[in-house]
Amino acid sequence: MQSSNRKALLGLTLFLILFPVVAMNVSAIGHYLDIMIFVGIYCLINMGLSLLMGYAGQISLGHAAFFGLGAYTSGILCTKFSMSPWLAMVAGVGITALVAYIVGVPSLKLKGHYLAMATLGFGVIVHIFFNEEVSLTGGPSGFSDIPGLSILGFSLNSDLSYYILVWFLVLLTLIFSLNVIHSRIGRALRSLHDSELAADAMGVETSRYKVMIFVLSAVYASVAGSLYTHYVGFLSPSSFDFFLSIKLVMMVVVGGMHNIWGALLGTWLLTFLGNEWLHVFHDFDILVYGAILLAVVMFLPDGLVHLVPRMSRVWKRG
Amino acid sequence: MNTESSPLFLHVENLQKSFGGVQALKGLSFKVSPGIIKAIIGPNGAGKTTLFNVITGVFPPNGGAIALNGMSIEGCKAREIARLGVSRTFQNVEVFGRMTVLENVMVGRHIQSRAGIISTGLRLVGMRREERQIRESAMQHLAFVGLENRATELAANLPLGEQKLLEVARALATDPKILLLDEPAGGLNTRETEGLAALIHRILEQGITVVLVEHDMNLVMDISDEIMVMNFGEKIAEGKPKQIKNDPLVIEAYLGEEVDYSDL
Ligand SMILES: Nc1ncnc2c1ncn2[C@@H]1O[C@H](COP(=O)(O)OP(=O)(O)OP(=O)(O)O)[C@@H](O)[C@H]1O
Ligand SMILES: [Mg+2]
Repeated sequence: MQSSNRKALLGLTLFLILFPVVAMNVSAIGHYLDIMIFVGIYCLINMGLSLLMGYAGQISLGHAAFFGLGAYTSGILCTKFSMSPWLAMVAGVGITALVAYIVGVPSLKLKGHYLAMATLGFGVIVHIFFNEEVSLTGGPSGFSDIPGLSILGFSLNSDLSYYILVWFLVLLTLIFSLNVIHSRIGRALRSLHDSELAADAMGVETSRYKVMIFVLSAVYASVAGSLYTHYVGFLSPSSFDFFLSIKLVMMVVVGGMHNIWGALLGTWLLTFLGNEWLHVFHDFDILVYGAILLAVVMFLPDGLVHLVPRMSRVWKRG
Repeated sequence: MNTESSPLFLHVENLQKSFGGVQALKGLSFKVSPGIIKAIIGPNGAGKTTLFNVITGVFPPNGGAIALNGMSIEGCKAREIARLGVSRTFQNVEVFGRMTVLENVMVGRHIQSRAGIISTGLRLVGMRREERQIRESAMQHLAFVGLENRATELAANLPLGEQKLLEVARALATDPKILLLDEPAGGLNTRETEGLAALIHRILEQGITVVLVEHDMNLVMDISDEIMVMNFGEKIAEGKPKQIKNDPLVIEAYLGEEVDYSDL
């Protein structure tokens, strides 16, 4: 692994260890732990989106659907069939991967706006399914009493335990993703982003890699969905709608989509803005998001993460 | 670099390709024997790039046959052709602009490596060894074309001449038996063109057959073993440089163009 990545990983880990210590001792920000769990869950999804959009250059406006498939599979199997949550999570990954493969093979033949429309349509269909398939999903009002997770007999019943689990998985996924990025597969993805013509000529199986990374990103989203289900304890379709898909893409773009660290930064910033710092705007928060997105795209096309090397240069100069 | 290269014969038979109403290739036939430099020349729009595109599987022909050692490959995908030992460069450079120069060449090693998503994600031992080999081999190919000190720069930041060399290194990294070069001297100055001629000779010494599309007549006449002349999607002449220079059909084809005939 590159030394810059190793340093950043170390920094992130330290931050993650210190954060709950501070948050739990300062009452004004005590509930930040809860928000950080959601940040972690969305980070899982967005690392996949970053691989798909920033590295492979393929857009998806339907990732809320994969998040929802994981969430509903876990929720339904655990409540209606009393399955073990971890087994249900694995089942969710299997189902989501299969759906992503079936959707991905034809849609990823499309480019640009057409791919955006196809994935958007897929997201809308899945959302309708959650709403209409009442006997299975509970319809618009969803269902509750979903059991929590337990590890080796210890049930996770505090925010801190979910915080640790979620961020542990985020770190593992981040390391896995960084390893993929710095390998022949990561180079294949970036090459087909820059010139599909040349990538093909070099023997890169471009369509196969597009589908592969689409499925991988769906798997990340599915795991995030299962974690969400068990943490929140209830499900309804409104958590997995089209607006979430858009917000996820915004997080990745605002943070900087050509860099997986950017996805983490954008997710952290926009989740805190949405849950905490933009309450004054009520339902107009989407407009504020839009304004932020516009500003970033116009003035910082590589995202906020692009400021980091600049700032550290200024810092070193003193 | 290219040690176990068994000879590869390329045969093209009655090849046809049209775009809507434009017939870019009208029943073209020729062959390329291994171990030679074969030039393909012809006025703008003659169909030279289209020929390369059809051979390398960018798009299928409308008719005719292409064979490598007797095995027909027309209609094969580009990635399959690359695995059969045919690599190429592009007339309008197609480097991976946002990747470093070294990474560009490492993509060329893609078909010579196999680590999958699990072994790369977990950085298993075999994958690390392979990754080291990819890097070393890519570095050697960069040095071969003289770009080793550009390794860490972004490909998009190189001047055009060096981007063309980078494409040669990237194509060589696939370990091809036949290398198709589409106007490698376009945009190069005289000194760079001389360097290119030497490079092409060194590629030939590696046991790689070179097929060269080029407008620079001095270069073509200098280094080619055989020349094929195309006009309007057809072959109008083929032979040794000396024969081509004196062919009346060739001279006529070029008369419409402002080319310096004193060289021919
Ligand atoms: N992808 C394409 N779509 C439509 N028409 C094409 C395409 N590629 C080539 N053509 C047409 O086919 C004919 C041959 O073009 P081609 O690029 O093969 O010529 P060329 O010999 O390479 O010319 P040049 O020396 O200018 O590079 C031209 O009329 C061109 O307009
Ligand atoms: Mg051409």
